[in-house]
Amino acid sequence: MATTAADRPQQHAEAPDSVVVRFAGDSGDGMQLTGGQFTLSTALAGNDLATFPDFPAEIRAPQGTLFGVSAFQINFGSREINTAGDAPDVLVAMNPAALKVNLAALKPGGLIIADTGEFTRRNLEKARYEASPLDDGSLAKWQVLAFDISAQTIEAVKPFGLGNKDALRCKNMWTLGLALWMFDRPREPLHEWLRAKFRTKPELADANIAALDAGHAYGETAELSGPLRKLHIDPVESAPGLYRTITGAEAVSLGLVAGAQLADLPMFFGGYPITPASSILHHLARLKEFGVTTFQAEDEIAAICAAIGASWAGQLGVTSSSGPGIALKTEAMGLAIMTELPLVIVNSQRGGPSTGLPTKTEQSDLYQAVYGRNGDAPLPVIAARSPGDAFECAIEACRIAVQYMTPVMLLTDGYIANAAEPWKVPDPAGFEPFPVSFLKEANGPDGALLPYKRDANGARPWIRPGTPGLMHRIGGIEKAQDTGHIDYSPDNHQAMTDARLNKVLGVAVPDQDVCLGETTGRLAVVGWGSTYGPIHQAVRRTRASGHSVSHIHVRHIWPLPANLGDLLRGFDKVLVPEMNTGQFKTLLRDQYLVDAQPLTKTSGQPFQIAELEAAIATYFDGIAGDAGGETVEPNDQQLPNPVGVEQ
Amino acid sequence: MNAPVKFETTLKDWETDQEVRWCPGCGDYAILKAVQRTMPMIGADPAKTVFISGIGCSSRFPYYMETYGFHTIHGRAPAFATGAKLANPELDVWLVTGDGDGLSIGGNHMLHVLRRNVNMQIMLFNNEIYGLTKGQYSPTSRVGTKSPSTPIGSVDRPASPAAFALGAGARFVGRGFDVSKHLPEVLIAAHAHQGAAFVEIFQNCIVYNKDVFEDFAAPKGAEDRQLWLKHGEPMLFANGTKGIGLDRERLCLTVVDVIDGDWQAAGVLVHDVANRAVAHMLVEMPFGPFPMALGVLYDDPRPTYESAVAEEKGKASEGKDTSLARLFAKGQTWTVEAAGHPA
Repeated sequence: MATTAADRPQQHAEAPDSVVVRFAGDSGDGMQLTGGQFTLSTALAGNDLATFPDFPAEIRAPQGTLFGVSAFQINFGSREINTAGDAPDVLVAMNPAALKVNLAALKPGGLIIADTGEFTRRNLEKARYEASPLDDGSLAKWQVLAFDISAQTIEAVKPFGLGNKDALRCKNMWTLGLALWMFDRPREPLHEWLRAKFRTKPELADANIAALDAGHAYGETAELSGPLRKLHIDPVESAPGLYRTITGAEAVSLGLVAGAQLADLPMFFGGYPITPASSILHHLARLKEFGVTTFQAEDEIAAICAAIGASWAGQLGVTSSSGPGIALKTEAMGLAIMTELPLVIVNSQRGGPSTGLPTKTEQSDLYQAVYGRNGDAPLPVIAARSPGDAFECAIEACRIAVQYMTPVMLLTDGYIANAAEPWKVPDPAGFEPFPVSFLKEANGPDGALLPYKRDANGARPWIRPGTPGLMHRIGGIEKAQDTGHIDYSPDNHQAMTDARLNKVLGVAVPDQDVCLGETTGRLAVVGWGSTYGPIHQAVRRTRASGHSVSHIHVRHIWPLPANLGDLLRGFDKVLVPEMNTGQFKTLLRDQYLVDAQPLTKTSGQPFQIAELEAAIATYFDGIAGDAGGETVEPNDQQLPNPVGVEQ
Repeated sequence: MNAPVKFETTLKDWETDQEVRWCPGCGDYAILKAVQRTMPMIGADPAKTVFISGIGCSSRFPYYMETYGFHTIHGRAPAFATGAKLANPELDVWLVTGDGDGLSIGGNHMLHVLRRNVNMQIMLFNNEIYGLTKGQYSPTSRVGTKSPSTPIGSVDRPASPAAFALGAGARFVGRGFDVSKHLPEVLIAAHAHQGAAFVEIFQNCIVYNKDVFEDFAAPKGAEDRQLWLKHGEPMLFANGTKGIGLDRERLCLTVVDVIDGDWQAAGVLVHDVANRAVAHMLVEMPFGPFPMALGVLYDDPRPTYESAVAEEKGKASEGKDTSLARLFAKGQTWTVEAAGHPA
């Protein structure tokens, strides 16, 4: 065992309130699986947590290469956790490439656990290392625990007669075993999980369990001599109730199922495989017993068109994609707007333009969502801020779609889709149902049918084909008011354009709250979507040093909350951090003529708290905080994350 | 039959109050009348009948049928129809498309609706031209077609709709033309077929591609140039003096002379609508050396897509818990007691 920091002060001398661990390896090393299982054990231990899976677009990138590195980061603690953490305290590097790619992020003094079995000459060359970093002193500012995990694993699974290749595939379980030991977690749930996973191949289950146990046992031994210390993170204080972990994709799926049931409708989901949106299709395909029909269409266009066809026929049509696929669906969205049929469109945004960064996160489809169609084609847009929040947003999207007879776009992103967090399991009885009623008989004078007669919401009636006596035709050509007949006349187009616009602008949107800080002040940091966590923490820290800064996080992107303009005018400055080149900033300027300033990032990576904190600090240069930085009273009741109350 | 209960209607019941807006003399008028005549014959219920179309002259069709109608976007009608049929399998779905809509911009959707075998009637009006956009050549235009976009003549080889449909896996392929009195018979057969039934209807675009089918559609000499196929009957034309035989050496169709009505001696094939191999030859049979093959070229049903989807859904749902509370709490959970710490 090689350690290079024996003379350093011991890390974790006392238990911190949070720890960030990053598992990194080849894309074939099973790092996402390891991370996912570690997440589950963390949740079961009662810690709050946030995760960040970060993997290459290639399924099996060439082994040992820098671009083939797959990583999974988890931040967990005994306090409320909002982000996956700026910098890891612990980096598990399964090969030289994983070390090289991830080292820069590691906290000074942080712990590197490296598998020397993979630090071969060939792998070092592939990672463009001239000499092994484990030996050349270049890792001096970190603690290093380097030993041959590969050999340890092979030794552990020897009794099961696996070939060398299969034996080495148990490495991730060995590593997970070590991590479980480090953070004082029980192994039993993992044993159970492995037995279930390899039900048909018990020898593989036994081998993986042996590897896991061996990794765990290794911790006991290593503790005696190295930098490794067992660390117990206390559970976070949480509201009482039943909890589970949930990813954004799962939350969207469950929210859609709930939304359809609250609308008293079967759901039709049309999808086409695309990263990072496919997992919603996968989840829903397993929920047929909830009245869900999933249809894997021949392309993105067919996926949305089939969903619109299903909505026309009386089901709740839903489609989902990511930016490039959403672009293909654009024309069909226009038809759903013109024919005024309900539809939910989920966009799990990724880096763009074009194919862009398929597996990386970005928020650069806001213009596309709000403006990106031909003609004056308004539709409501909602953005989820976290995996758990995506559940509520999906229900909200269903509600608006059926109550206003309109397509609704729900924005999530690659980060939300893949990241996991603890989720307080909601009680379905607590939701307000919004059952749909279809038109059953003619609604005009003298028995006339008026398919485009509007209700108080500006919505037209929903008329199911098959209903006797209500036959009528709809389509993409401009409709006459009330009758819905083809009508190209100037006054009618003006009136219908206005009606479509006003219907969407009239969607009931709750007033905007301030999720942290006062409702007036020096600086408002305004975010939307998955930047919630880092903005929240950065604002909290700045407030702790006594500065007048508030965090406003907008869910309803279109229409915007009615009070938002006044709210923003109550601040001297407005800063809008977002993972694009300033799209929401432009929307706010346009709507309110406020001097919203952009803070943009398009690296495919989420914001770090520290970089936001530094940007916010520039607004307070030369301004002293209120003496001594008095304690901030966080407004936690409005947080979507049900877990955790700040100490 | 799609509709188990026969519904009593007359042709008038299928007309709408909308003014028909095709050019005077357009073949679409004849097709509209043929379809409106067909509806009472099949006992269709207007409330359960839906017409779904894409974009183009043909796609205005739904506005003129007193049924539920959806005039959608260019080329995508098969996808809308698939969604509607899956959402409500009781709907009797008619799809109206053209050569541009169905084989150019919508060629992909046409392929998939056919291979999936969604139960519906697909009428492709083939006029070998883009009419609504003022006369550009289409994917079925013959080589050398002069049009605004091909002033010297088109150079690309045309697609054959019926051959495309069969190649895509269609289990029913029929053919007719706008003014043919036999068109309703083809439509009735298409409607009776459970699954995607593809009917190519040659349609005369009087403005941009006038009389392009006249060489076989003209009443004069029709008996020599039209081969109306009937299941179980010999493939005879020219008043029974000619027939379609099989060249067994080269494995292709051939025209044979029938002497004194003895078609058996001449080796004339008997039409079997379920013979897929012969169907492939019939859809490819070139007009000129051969007559135009019309009627029901192929009809051999297979289970429909929507029935398979419903069956799978039923099986997957059997005995399953549909409580939302249990769904939400799936997987590993933990409980936090009132004290605020996990139990």
